[in-house]
Amino acid sequence: MRAVRASFVTAAATAAALTAVTGCTEKSKADGDGVIQVTAADTKCETSTTSVPAGQVTLKIANTGSRATEVEILFPDDRIVSEKENIGPGTKYTLTAEVKAGSYEIACRPGMKGLGVRQKLTVTGGGKVAARDPELDKAVAAYREYAQEQADATIPAVETFANAVTAGDLEAAKNAFAPSRVGWERTEPIAESFGDIDPKTDTRADGLEKGQKWTGWHALEKALWQDKKIGAEQKTLATDLVTDLKDWQRRVGKAEITPTSMANGAKELLDEVATGKVTGEEDRYSHTDLSDFRANVEGAQKAYELLKPVAAKNDAALTAELDKQFAALDALLDTYRSDSPADKAQNGYRSYDKVTKEQRKGLSDAVNALAEPLSKLAAAVVK
Amino acid sequence: MAENTENTANPQNTANTANQGRTDDRTDGVRPSRRALIGWGGAGLALGAAAAGGAAAALASTGGDSGAAGSAVDFHGAHQAGIATAVQDRLHFAAFDVRTDDRAAFVRLLKEWTAAARRMTAGLPVGDGAHGGLAEAPPDDTGEALGLHASRLTLTIGFGPSLFEEFGLRDRRPAALVDLPRFPGDNLDASRTGGDLCVQACADDPQVAVHAIRNLARIGFGTVAVRWSQLGFGKTSSTTPDAQTPRNLMGFKDGTRNIAGTETGRLEKFVWVGEGDGPGWMTGGSYLVARRIRMNIETWDRASLQEQEDVFGRDKGEGAAVGKAKEHDPPFLKAMKPDAHVRLAHPDSNHGITILRRGYSFTDGTDGLGRLDAGLFFLAYQRDIREGFVPLQRALAAKDALNEYIQHVGSAVFAVPPGVRDADDWWGRTLFTKET
Repeated sequence: MRAVRASFVTAAATAAALTAVTGCTEKSKADGDGVIQVTAADTKCETSTTSVPAGQVTLKIANTGSRATEVEILFPDDRIVSEKENIGPGTKYTLTAEVKAGSYEIACRPGMKGLGVRQKLTVTGGGKVAARDPELDKAVAAYREYAQEQADATIPAVETFANAVTAGDLEAAKNAFAPSRVGWERTEPIAESFGDIDPKTDTRADGLEKGQKWTGWHALEKALWQDKKIGAEQKTLATDLVTDLKDWQRRVGKAEITPTSMANGAKELLDEVATGKVTGEEDRYSHTDLSDFRANVEGAQKAYELLKPVAAKNDAALTAELDKQFAALDALLDTYRSDSPADKAQNGYRSYDKVTKEQRKGLSDAVNALAEPLSKLAAAVVK
Repeated sequence: MAENTENTANPQNTANTANQGRTDDRTDGVRPSRRALIGWGGAGLALGAAAAGGAAAALASTGGDSGAAGSAVDFHGAHQAGIATAVQDRLHFAAFDVRTDDRAAFVRLLKEWTAAARRMTAGLPVGDGAHGGLAEAPPDDTGEALGLHASRLTLTIGFGPSLFEEFGLRDRRPAALVDLPRFPGDNLDASRTGGDLCVQACADDPQVAVHAIRNLARIGFGTVAVRWSQLGFGKTSSTTPDAQTPRNLMGFKDGTRNIAGTETGRLEKFVWVGEGDGPGWMTGGSYLVARRIRMNIETWDRASLQEQEDVFGRDKGEGAAVGKAKEHDPPFLKAMKPDAHVRLAHPDSNHGITILRRGYSFTDGTDGLGRLDAGLFFLAYQRDIREGFVPLQRALAAKDALNEYIQHVGSAVFAVPPGVRDADDWWGRTLFTKET
């Protein structure tokens, strides 16, 4: 956990501005400019027009399918302009949004899962959003999808953890702790961009503001490993953690992600490793730092791999170096894998209190070797 | 006994006039006395209370070590700058480990380092500088030396014994680059000992020295990693004999007769590796011994003045040897106690052994018990470690009365290659190319 980063922080605000007029049900407005009829079925998504003028755009949605659906207007990078979840079978809904000129997609997601069925939407007129390399839009869209997958996968994992806590099962809770953090650690810069979620879920004891109640993973970590007890308070904390992470899961799609913020986010994940994990500060009670470490590196690598086609064109030497250093760090981390029963709570890695000072230096050197060239990725992407 | 020969300014001491438009005042061609110098070259002694030498007074008119404030020292020359160069006020010394098995990558780093060192020693930022570049990229230079003078920054590279286990260099390791034996009393901390290579940064401004190491470390990430580093202040020896000899943290004068940067004869004899000394790639280079010597400051401060003076073999105020009046008066060794530091370290007690010292005091705060973590970061250059530091330290470690108050806690040796000749040359070229 760390302070909110500027690269992602505009997310919520921008999304909010764009969706200021959304969600008004059945607003009476005659068909005409800016109105699109959307027929959402189980396997299709029909739209009455593919082009509307900029300004207020209205979707008149009819769910003719058999399952609840979700309809979204998406930027080219899959960021959500506006959305409506849970439109029941046979029901209608009117969604209104303020949309600038540019290229968009309308997505119907039957069952509210997956990428959904897509239709192109062109919004014409002035105030055009600056066009971006479609390859980069593709990278951002794929990264957003990854972030959503990670958030989706976190929920059952954190529920397993929370259930063990509420059941008062100390050992099961310990074993479920590290796995519940993997998706979060892989995409941490996005989670942190929302500002309000991270302080509730991932604050360490020394990171508390005055008057702030300590909640989230690390409060539970201390209870499980140091205090070795689960009381009523811990059960509440576990339930709240699930609630807060579901909030994160819902909002991931609206995070402002740019190619630059992806590149910087990758570097920030390595910064997390360099400042929190290598030192053993992050998981000081459970010593599960290597599990988080690996997840941070995996998340950074995902962002990098998606940007690599563009970066390689601009700076082949840099991507060659990054390939080499990612591989070196992966290989080094592999040497810390453990299937020892004693390390059962370590999510497949050695307990960090068994990693010597000299080994920590080796890990730190490998992180520096990767993070330094990674700090040049953003420039290679925007070149 | 050292022969002093005609003194001419060493090529590396020629100031870089391009940068600051001023000339380093060490190039005035001052000639010390031509009479035979007493061969005590500030040699050897770990803490180096120094005996007097005849030429010192004659050299005092060179104007001290500080040089022209802010001026640049030429990076190029037959020898690396930072050895015979007038000792600057501050030190940042870093030992690195190699983190690649790719020889080409390591050579590429040496070239990048050379380019960065060439710029920084001229008072210029690394690469495209610290600002004005791409907004999305971190700047090439870290920026904390912007607006500061070159401050006589010198950067000196050395290669440790372990480097010769890498890159197929085994047959190029010089015999003179020995692994030091374990000396009695050594309490070496592995995390402050050894290193595949080192860079010594000396400057009159600590920020300039730290900036240099920081930027080289940054360029090196992935290829090399910092193993340990040491900051130093208050030079404890001088290569331009001063009227006022610097004192170490024990309060005693130090380096009264160290080899001067202008003493070509003694430098050739005791410091620079000559042709035929070993592998040709080292000709013009030198060998460096670095020792972190912790002082038991608190117990030293409780020692009586008599004991302190007996330990060193000189008085504390003037710095004169036992029975002498002035610090530069030649010492009479037999007047000192048999275990006096100066007596044991003196060349006359060691078959004339002389080394060039560039040590600095260090204080790294306190040690958790409230004791000052302080002492001497000893740096000595010599033509052959087997004939320089090793026999001197053997003699000291066995008997020196000072041992009660000091402990050697870090240690490293390096082969320091010859100088970078010109703008196309690079650090270590003679080692890594077969032409020599």
